[in-house]
Amino acid sequence: MSQILSMKKNEDAAKKRKPKTSAAQIRVQKDLTELELSSTMKTHFPDPTDLLNFTLTITPDEGMYKGGAFNFSVNINTNYPHEPPKVKCTQTIYHPNVDLEGNVCLNILREDWKPVLNLNSVLVGMQYLFLEPNADDPLNKEAAEELRRNRDQFIFNVKSSMRGGNLKGVQYDKVLVQ
Amino acid sequence: MAAAAVLDGTPAVVDWPDRYHHVDQILDKPGPRTDPSFLAGNEVKDFLRNKCKILVIGAGGLGCEILANLALSGFKDIHVIDMDTIDISNLNRQFLFRPKDVGKPKAIVAAEFIMKRVPGVIVSPYYGKIQDKDDDYYMQFNLVICGLDSVEARRWINATLVNLVDPENPESLKPLIDGGTEGFKGQARVILPTVSSCYECSLDMLNKPTAFPICTIANTPRLPEHCIEWASVLEWPRVFGDKKLDTDDPEHISWLYTTASARAKEFKIEGVTWSLTQGVVKNIIPAIASTNAIIAASCCNEAFKIATSSAAYLNNYFMLIGVDGVYSYTFEHEKRDDCPVCGGEALDISISKEWTVDRLIEMLIEKQDIQIKKPSLSTTTKQIYFQAPPQLEELTRPNLEKKVSELIEDGDHITVTASTLPFNLTLRIKYV
Repeated sequence: MSQILSMKKNEDAAKKRKPKTSAAQIRVQKDLTELELSSTMKTHFPDPTDLLNFTLTITPDEGMYKGGAFNFSVNINTNYPHEPPKVKCTQTIYHPNVDLEGNVCLNILREDWKPVLNLNSVLVGMQYLFLEPNADDPLNKEAAEELRRNRDQFIFNVKSSMRGGNLKGVQYDKVLVQ
Repeated sequence: MAAAAVLDGTPAVVDWPDRYHHVDQILDKPGPRTDPSFLAGNEVKDFLRNKCKILVIGAGGLGCEILANLALSGFKDIHVIDMDTIDISNLNRQFLFRPKDVGKPKAIVAAEFIMKRVPGVIVSPYYGKIQDKDDDYYMQFNLVICGLDSVEARRWINATLVNLVDPENPESLKPLIDGGTEGFKGQARVILPTVSSCYECSLDMLNKPTAFPICTIANTPRLPEHCIEWASVLEWPRVFGDKKLDTDDPEHISWLYTTASARAKEFKIEGVTWSLTQGVVKNIIPAIASTNAIIAASCCNEAFKIATSSAAYLNNYFMLIGVDGVYSYTFEHEKRDDCPVCGGEALDISISKEWTVDRLIEMLIEKQDIQIKKPSLSTTTKQIYFQAPPQLEELTRPNLEKKVSELIEDGDHITVTASTLPFNLTLRIKYV
């Protein structure tokens, strides 16, 4: 009898051991469902049950990157929001703050990240990079140098890279939409 | 003298004469600050020595001190969890370990050492992760002390103990004493899950790990650390693609060290060493044995006071700064209403089995005492309805027409978030 009782007890214990919703998960749900996506930003979840990994597409409607569609992977780990989300560009693009490996130089993604920031702040920051590329924090040094020295040439380079052009031996991905 | 202690029905090994002489000065009679519930004399001694079960999480720098302190102050049923093995670099401060123990599990070696050194104490080790254990395991303890170096593990145990609290069962409230040190700084705090401020409430007070701007690393390195970060953040993924960097693998560290050294040479920077490389990528802050001793003492002092009610316990945050001189400050960290772990409200709601998700959402919006705008709903495993982003809204929209009872079982929880809620709301669904 006591054996049956103890078995019953184990069964209950197994039943009780349900996955708990972690603080990170709740926070991601809150961040995502309160996203204010403008028409220039789109999220895509390859696996909709996995909220921690998605892609972000930015299609600037003004500025020198207008007409392009830029893809980024966003990976959130279980230590969010203690740690920032990891954002990487999945294309080879010509941008002073994005290197050819897709690393992005945006202060709030690294040294200035704080748990009070959220996914909306990250998305707004990413959008801003395409409106105001910043020559002072370069990751692609040549692009930054060009932007500083000769803005017209830089714009020309941006346009040609977006068409899938080759600049100084680097083959850029075609990112133009239409 | 007190009668021989009995543990698990078998007489425990010796309590030598006057073993508890000093501790008994506190336990034999009430003092000016003792709690009214204090039961001086045999009753409190019996609880401390024969009934109280305490869990120590972490058997490292803090853990070794904590285990020794607890054993010597009269706790006799101690459990310890640690997932690590002993490294030679631990021996300068983790004094329960000897050179012959290198490579062995910390929890097991620490437990054996304490049991050998302090007769009558039973230390039950578990070599593994805290996440391996379920609610029933944590339910058996009266108290939990943490001596951890990981934010993630602290968040996990904190959330677990908060979720364990059942208002109908006072036994389910397990005080959590959390110790932490970083160089000459340290902190000890008492967390009464759901009652006082929890670990998650203070998450934004944490020092964040030093991160350098990625553009500095890429273009204008000035410090040896910049070169090491360049090797680990930029070069590793470029050269090895998706292969994950394992900071415990000496070969990986070797590669980083060589790569960082070459970069440092190029920029005429001095100071890249093997140990700095390891320190930077593993985010190691030198541990100071005396800081550990102070913080562990504070934690065990609190554990003793809570277990015996012999004096008022810490309310609720003690911090120590030993960088310039010795400074300490104690304050009450406030509970946050919008804390994702302890702040969210839980509501029991009874609905008909016929209700659709849409109807439930309508009720949440209309309910006077909640007044939620645009709620998003999920369970632990699936999304029920998301207001945004568009892809997920479209995907979950068909659920609106479904019956709630098709999606979740009686007694299950729904997590509700909305911009008008401080953080989240948990619904416990009952069908009528």
